[in-house]
Amino acid sequence: MTEHVIEVAAPPVGSRRPPPALLALAILACAVSAIPLVYLLVRVSGGAPDEIASILARPRMPALLLNTVSLVVTVTLSSLVLGMLTAFLLVRVRLRAQRVWIVLAALPLAVPSYLAAFGWLALIPGMQGFWGSFFLLTIVSTPYVTLPVAAAIRGGTTGLDDVARTLGHGPWRAFWLGTWPQIRPAALAGSLLVALYVLSEFGAVALMRYPVLTTAIQQAYGASFNRNYAAILAIILVAIAMILVFGEQRARGRVRRQFGAVTGVSRVRMVSLRAARIPSYLLLAVVPTCAVGIPVSVLVGRLLQAETLRELDVLSLGQAIANTLGLALGGAVTAVLLAIPIAALAARYRGRVVRAIESTGYLALGLPGIVVGLSLVFFSLAVIPALYQTAIVLTFAYGVLFMPKAIGAIRSSVAQVPESLSDVARTLGYSRWQTWRHVTVRLARPGIMAGAMLVAVTAMKELPATLLLRPTGTNTLATELWARTDVSAYGAAAPYAAALVLVASVPAFLLSGARRGRTDEVPS
Amino acid sequence: MSQLSLTDVVVGFDAEPVLRGITLDVPSGALAAVVGPSGCGKTTLLRTIAGLVRARSGEIRIGQRMMATHGIHLAPEKRRVGWVPQDAALFPHLTVAENVAFGLGIGTRAARRAARGAEVARLLGLVSLSALADRLPSQLSGGQAQRVALARALAVSPEIVLLDEPFAALDPVLRAELRAEVRALLAAEGVTGILVTHDQAEALSTADFVAVMNDGQLLQFGTPREIYERPRDPWVAGFVGESNLVRGMWSDGFVECVLGRVVAQWGGASTAVPVDGQPVTLLLRPEQLVLGPAPTMPAAFSATVTTMSYGGHDVLVGLMLADGTRMISRVVSAGALSAGAPVTASVSGPALAFSPQ
Repeated sequence: MTEHVIEVAAPPVGSRRPPPALLALAILACAVSAIPLVYLLVRVSGGAPDEIASILARPRMPALLLNTVSLVVTVTLSSLVLGMLTAFLLVRVRLRAQRVWIVLAALPLAVPSYLAAFGWLALIPGMQGFWGSFFLLTIVSTPYVTLPVAAAIRGGTTGLDDVARTLGHGPWRAFWLGTWPQIRPAALAGSLLVALYVLSEFGAVALMRYPVLTTAIQQAYGASFNRNYAAILAIILVAIAMILVFGEQRARGRVRRQFGAVTGVSRVRMVSLRAARIPSYLLLAVVPTCAVGIPVSVLVGRLLQAETLRELDVLSLGQAIANTLGLALGGAVTAVLLAIPIAALAARYRGRVVRAIESTGYLALGLPGIVVGLSLVFFSLAVIPALYQTAIVLTFAYGVLFMPKAIGAIRSSVAQVPESLSDVARTLGYSRWQTWRHVTVRLARPGIMAGAMLVAVTAMKELPATLLLRPTGTNTLATELWARTDVSAYGAAAPYAAALVLVASVPAFLLSGARRGRTDEVPS
Repeated sequence: MSQLSLTDVVVGFDAEPVLRGITLDVPSGALAAVVGPSGCGKTTLLRTIAGLVRARSGEIRIGQRMMATHGIHLAPEKRRVGWVPQDAALFPHLTVAENVAFGLGIGTRAARRAARGAEVARLLGLVSLSALADRLPSQLSGGQAQRVALARALAVSPEIVLLDEPFAALDPVLRAELRAEVRALLAAEGVTGILVTHDQAEALSTADFVAVMNDGQLLQFGTPREIYERPRDPWVAGFVGESNLVRGMWSDGFVECVLGRVVAQWGGASTAVPVDGQPVTLLLRPEQLVLGPAPTMPAAFSATVTTMSYGGHDVLVGLMLADGTRMISRVVSAGALSAGAPVTASVSGPALAFSPQ
């Protein structure tokens, strides 16, 4: 239905081939980010074929697959619906205290899934298995749909809906014809993030005792000497992730044009709530309440108990906060540096090579942290032993793991910088590199910063790779928290949980766009 | 002396060339308009001159400087051409003055410094925007944005300025105003201009030279008068203005046709001058069909008025001859004419004859 809505402008001829330097950098970034996966493949191909066959034939295998896939599908669908509704309410509806709601919608990004699970389990110990995991992962991953879709609605126009209305379509049909094609790429990208997030989720499902591929990998690595079993499970995970990535790309490929004029002001017509007022506010409140409000208040309740405060070691808490911030920052810088060439290539050029590079860039989203962690342990031991158990390897792991998040944010912000601005700069004496630096990067800066913050938030919450790769004696908020959930020491865990939420909220707050930037930046 | 010179420039792949061998010479200080139907390659031609698109073969020179020749491609930043795109493409994070200063140094900081300089002030004065120096692009109207884009292009003292449909998004009054202003400005600065437009009237009225393109080829290059009065073929004639085409027979400087015996000049290739009795296509501009009794004119015919299209300064009158041939005539005043009325018409001035299409 979308094809006839969008007039595809013929791309300018001749400038379509990517510059060799950019292509080389993007391939390099891909190669670097592919190290963990390559290690994994090498490991598995080193195993005996009959051993692999016997592993695949294990009776638990079908159940693990079914558990994983059903969780991915259900959580993605429910997050998509919830996220789109939330985004619509946030952008198109006249809300009281709209900015507050926007911040609240992004807030779950600050709460690690295992922390939310921990809070809920402290309240309702019986909340386990599929339904517990489904509920929890839906509410924590909904912002991955809400934020990009809200941005797409804000940057789009409702003019097409108006046209459709005058052509005799009802409001729902007009939305489908006018607005949906504009937000579809964002909705798809958000859904992909959710699906891959659920696929590699470890902490929450482990606490909920719901057996999926990631937890099985963790058990196999931790409990046995047969690491080939874990490697094969990891490869199955990667295969599922690749199917998701290719599916999203195929679906997105049909929409080629970005909407929105260069100098034109985007016009978004606002809707009044009327009778739907109370249900709408309730809906907006569901996600932040369940993902942040309830678990955090449970933990704060424990925090305020006198016993907890007496036991608190302020020095080690401060050290953990500093470590967390430093490592997350390093991870963000690494991820952005790796992501920029890939995102720039994907934003500006098409073709088979570009698509292959972009897909490779997304590979890491399908790699569970535990796999990246262990493969880098072996990689650093085998190749550069001097770096084993240093902050550099952990930072690199964060960079590889979360590069895809940075690619998404940077790609769309680069694509929004009109190419005619680059043309003008070139004719004004700017070289390709100077144009990139002073025009494209300058204007894409909000998106690049958003990508970096997204990585930083995620890296702070990262658990399995951190547990494996952190330098001896270096504790982060996440590892301290995890150590205390093991012994059900809810009280002792509370200060770390609170610190983690607070520290991670700062980037989440900035990410939500609540900070009023210069409104003269690229109209979007 | 020719300022811009293209020799056999080819762009695109073998299977689908976008420009198929363009040869063009624009004299120094002239304003040349490039017209053609959409998709004919006129914007690609402009981008190729700017260096934003790489030519596959052929030569491009600006003055004495070689821009592109066999295998060599001078980067756009080294060509010293001004670029004014359709959407103005002002840098949204910079003020008007900073936009104009953008090419006077590399980077935002350099632009901010240069924005306070005398050259920027002079250019803003030229485009009458001194009062808006500190505005942001989002606070400008379309016409103001285009003037800033022009000042920005002129700031680096380019030898030629390339304008890609800069007036397309403006309303007609503003459009005519800005057109005249741009023309005067380029002339005052002594800069050669190439203007791509899809508006034939704009090209004819604004430019010193007009290049008519179709399907990646340059069909004709000449002054507006040459293009309008001596089109190379009926297609060019039809593209730059209304035309009537009539079949007839060549007869020693006349064409025998349904209108009678019409004085004609051969408009086709000089190698193909017809002999008597040879069939030709006769081209008549609407203003060559004069309405009203004119017994002294040799070629006079009767027709019926079918339509009247009132255009303010003139009226286009649709005519139908007895045999069903339809023609258009342009008259200054409709007088007492109305649809259905019988009318006598005659041909004024020589018509152009071409080989039958």
